[in-house]
Amino acid sequence: MTELNELTLAEARDGLRAKDFSARELAQAHIAALEKARALNAYLLETPDRALAMAEVSDAKIAKGEGRPLEGLPLGIKDLFCTHGVVTTAGSKILEGFEPHYESAVTHNLWRDGAVMLGKLNLDEFAMGSSNETSAYGNVISPWRRNGSDAPIVPGGSSGGSAAAVAAHLCLGATATDTGGSIRQPAAFTGTVGIKPTYGRCSRWGTVAFASSLDQAGPIARTVRDCAILLGSMAGPDARDTTCVDLPVPDFEAAVSRGVKGLTIGIPKEYRVDGMPAEIQRLWDQGAEWLRAAGAEIREISLPNTRYALPAYYIVAPAEASSNLARYDGVRYGLRVPGKDIVGMYENTRAAGFGREVKRRIMIGTYVLSAGYYDAYYVRAQKIRTLIKRDFEAVYAAGVDAILTPATPSSAFAIGEKASADPVEMYLNDVFTVTVNMAGLPGIAVPAGLDAQGLPLGLQLIGRPFDEETLFATAQAIEDAAGRMSLPRAWWA
Amino acid sequence: MSVDAQTVRRIAHLARIAVSEADVAPLQGELNAILAFVEQLGAVDVANVEPMTSVTPMAMKKRADVITDGDRAQEVVANAPETEDHYFIVPKVVE
Amino acid sequence: MNAPVNPKKLIKGGLHDWEVVIGMEIHAQVTSRSKLFSGAPTAFGAEPNAHVSLVDAAMPGMLPVINEECVAQAIRTGLGLKAKINLRSVFDRKNYFYPDLPQGYQISQYKDPIVGEGEVLVDLADGESITVGIERLHLEQDAGKSLHDQSPNQSFVDLNRSGVALMEIVSRPDLRSSEEARAYVTKLRTILRYLGTCDGDMEKGNLRADVNVSVRRPGEPLGTRCEIKNVNSIRFIGQAIETEARRQIAILEDGGKIDQETRLFDPGKGETRSMRSKEEAHDYRYFPDPDLLPLEFEQAYVDGLAGGLPELPDAKKARFVSEFGLSAYDAGVLVAERASADYYEAVAKGRDGKAAANWVINELFGRLNKEGRGIEETPVSAAQLGAIIDLIGEGVISGKIAKDLFEIVWTEGGDPRQIVEARGLKQVTDTGAIEAAIDAIIAQNPDKVTQAKEKPTLLGWFVGQTMKATGGKANPAAVNALLKSKLGIE
Ligand SMILES: [Mg+2]
Ligand SMILES: [Zn+2]
Repeated sequence: MTELNELTLAEARDGLRAKDFSARELAQAHIAALEKARALNAYLLETPDRALAMAEVSDAKIAKGEGRPLEGLPLGIKDLFCTHGVVTTAGSKILEGFEPHYESAVTHNLWRDGAVMLGKLNLDEFAMGSSNETSAYGNVISPWRRNGSDAPIVPGGSSGGSAAAVAAHLCLGATATDTGGSIRQPAAFTGTVGIKPTYGRCSRWGTVAFASSLDQAGPIARTVRDCAILLGSMAGPDARDTTCVDLPVPDFEAAVSRGVKGLTIGIPKEYRVDGMPAEIQRLWDQGAEWLRAAGAEIREISLPNTRYALPAYYIVAPAEASSNLARYDGVRYGLRVPGKDIVGMYENTRAAGFGREVKRRIMIGTYVLSAGYYDAYYVRAQKIRTLIKRDFEAVYAAGVDAILTPATPSSAFAIGEKASADPVEMYLNDVFTVTVNMAGLPGIAVPAGLDAQGLPLGLQLIGRPFDEETLFATAQAIEDAAGRMSLPRAWWA
Repeated sequence: MSVDAQTVRRIAHLARIAVSEADVAPLQGELNAILAFVEQLGAVDVANVEPMTSVTPMAMKKRADVITDGDRAQEVVANAPETEDHYFIVPKVVE
Repeated sequence: MNAPVNPKKLIKGGLHDWEVVIGMEIHAQVTSRSKLFSGAPTAFGAEPNAHVSLVDAAMPGMLPVINEECVAQAIRTGLGLKAKINLRSVFDRKNYFYPDLPQGYQISQYKDPIVGEGEVLVDLADGESITVGIERLHLEQDAGKSLHDQSPNQSFVDLNRSGVALMEIVSRPDLRSSEEARAYVTKLRTILRYLGTCDGDMEKGNLRADVNVSVRRPGEPLGTRCEIKNVNSIRFIGQAIETEARRQIAILEDGGKIDQETRLFDPGKGETRSMRSKEEAHDYRYFPDPDLLPLEFEQAYVDGLAGGLPELPDAKKARFVSEFGLSAYDAGVLVAERASADYYEAVAKGRDGKAAANWVINELFGRLNKEGRGIEETPVSAAQLGAIIDLIGEGVISGKIAKDLFEIVWTEGGDPRQIVEARGLKQVTDTGAIEAAIDAIIAQNPDKVTQAKEKPTLLGWFVGQTMKATGGKANPAAVNALLKSKLGIE
């Protein structure tokens, strides 16, 4: 029989409802699994006592027939979500030991619906990274390995802990955030499903900010259906976030089985980038073929400003980050390193508290906003954002329902492999995902196969604003055709 | 555009990040690599294009003028590196 | 800006006459219950960090949500300044590090403020009036407070003010003397208080001025200006300008040049000094706050607010002049505070407006000033003062008795009519009693009677004696008539 932690979230939910097992047993199976998986460094903090206490409440609810939508389902929480009374670090030394007296809107919604917290998941520092190598608490190791090699592989980033934990069965699903691809890229690298919903679908309240106009929370899980279930709980209006929309949350799970008949799927020619590996191209063609076979119409489309999305992102995101991270000054919380005066205290605190990548981005952001450069960089990048958004609006107006692209330009790489002096090499990981953030659209990554080295590859679907339902329906068609990804056996246990 | 060592020092100071002399040159190289990468944006014709201010067109939500918070000084200072009588303590600031 | 130079306003230097040019940025705390972007209270005087929300303390992940009342208050103020209301404005972040600025940026409005150009009509003491241009008004957050005197090597930070809504009201450099500057702030404060958008309490720092001062020879282009930060009383504004203008003139006449800098006025020493900490060139890296959407509203919303505005001081003054026949000066005194104007109107209603104005300005204001009280704390209500004026008009009491009566009402309270009745303050109109008193005085002062025939001005002496003899209650008209006939004066 499958271990309880190897069930999908939907299976576990149904099993709990049928009283096949208890929430306590389910939690214990996960606690045992994650204790054995510390080598992966996916969890920054395990909260087994809290998990068992929550599971007991769930069992009582289920016994009384008062089970809530996520009753008793154990989840991992990216350590970017503030959790009341549970240390929240954002993967940074500067927040070491920080204990919020508040609960993020997204995690609050999950607990409201009965979910169980297993602990806090590792991530790139302040969500800035594509490999989880920038975490101040050590990199996450992917449960995946190349065929015939035990070289450690990156899980992607920044939600690398979330993706690795889901792939290694250390939780049924996990929260994640996506500013330039931080849900979809690690999902693709680990053979999991991850959706970044439309900007404004989930409240940002209580989630440590990286780049306010781009950040969105979303789930990573092992199936499309599991993602739909989780997003249905995470999303929803919040009066405390001005950018969070007042739209009702659709029944995402129902949309999963809608099918793709009659949908028009766009294939953007600009995504065929120079030097794209042949197997990525093949996978992309295969995906289109699967959707055609399932009844969708495939249409080539043009998104002419695609190539400017990544450079524009590397102006907008650091600019916002440089300002958002100004609050980490050693005055009210977190690390403080003394200096000869107040300025010295600031400078020493921030030099010691932030890692190299974060400092680099703060500095670039500071530079592009500074006097004399603001118009040339920031304003121009925001204009280009308008052009990128117009590209999408034009194809959607022409009848395209969703857009199919590769999720990443390659499969996962080995730890340390992209540690060159040129940060842009790492940034190129987000070349397919970042346009979606720039335009505020929903995007989902779904596993579609393995590359020649045995590492997973994913496809990305991009939807109309607030039409995550079509993404779930279409992603399900790919999952059905590709077959559920069989995840690696637990070499770490 | 590219930055020189002096600019690196100026930005670091604006951002309140101490940078050792040994770190200036590598940082300069990294920043210039990024600046070179974004240089291509100069080729885009952005005449008559409005800069994006909000990605989702919607009216800004507002609060009613009611008191819903406060009276939690202990929580406000709970994580502070140094505090006294619910004040945050910092090294002396000279006005 | 280049109005003809008024020679009276020039400052005499050692070598030349100088014109001082002044512009002001006023920070006015918006009257609201909660802060601009959080639900914490704005009330003054709380325990340290008691009026602080997680948003004000800039905890990770906290987001601003705008207080709609603060928006309405800014629009009302804009309307009161006859200014353009912008239906779309944008909140920007002004980035800098300071311990009492928890976010590391102030949310302010930079390129697109909520209120554009307007004007303020300012009356000066000599009856002249000037129009001061308003460049803009924008909404922004106040910072917290650092206390530097608690410890030799530490500062204590209290964030109670952090996030309180401010209106920054920027004038054009249209002011030409310290007197004009003081009158401008006074007038602006009056308008804000009428509107109820700022209480104008300068002692609590709810209204503070940054004063830009430069000097030039008449007709020359603008000189380099210095900004004097955070001057917190109208008197100090005047002193700071005088001091700073003379400092600049001395430098220029010595052949030096003025450095553009931020200075602080020290009222104790009577000097301005450079603020070293602010000398460092700032680069605020303004950009639109991505946590907030543009602030947009319909003209109908503005019109609705306009419909709810009270009558403002200029209109009220004009009405007092035309409706009650007051002098412009008296009307100006009465409208300086909305509460005074309301009080006056209540007294003047159905009575002689000028008499009412005299009583309110001379007796009531005089007495209030003597005790350092405001109109809100007057022990004599408008109804009571009205009754006193009525008693005079009806001939029941004399003006002199009325003053005594006012004093009784002030200290003891009560219904003036009943007091007059109970204490026998009614004036005597019985000519028999007055005649008897006059006859006695004439009998006792034969020499004065003789003199009075040649020098009729002595009549006043006889009137005084008669009033004294009757305890001030004799009807003055009757006294006059009887004396004239008995003394044979025409
Ligand atoms: Mg300001
Ligand atoms: Zn708490």
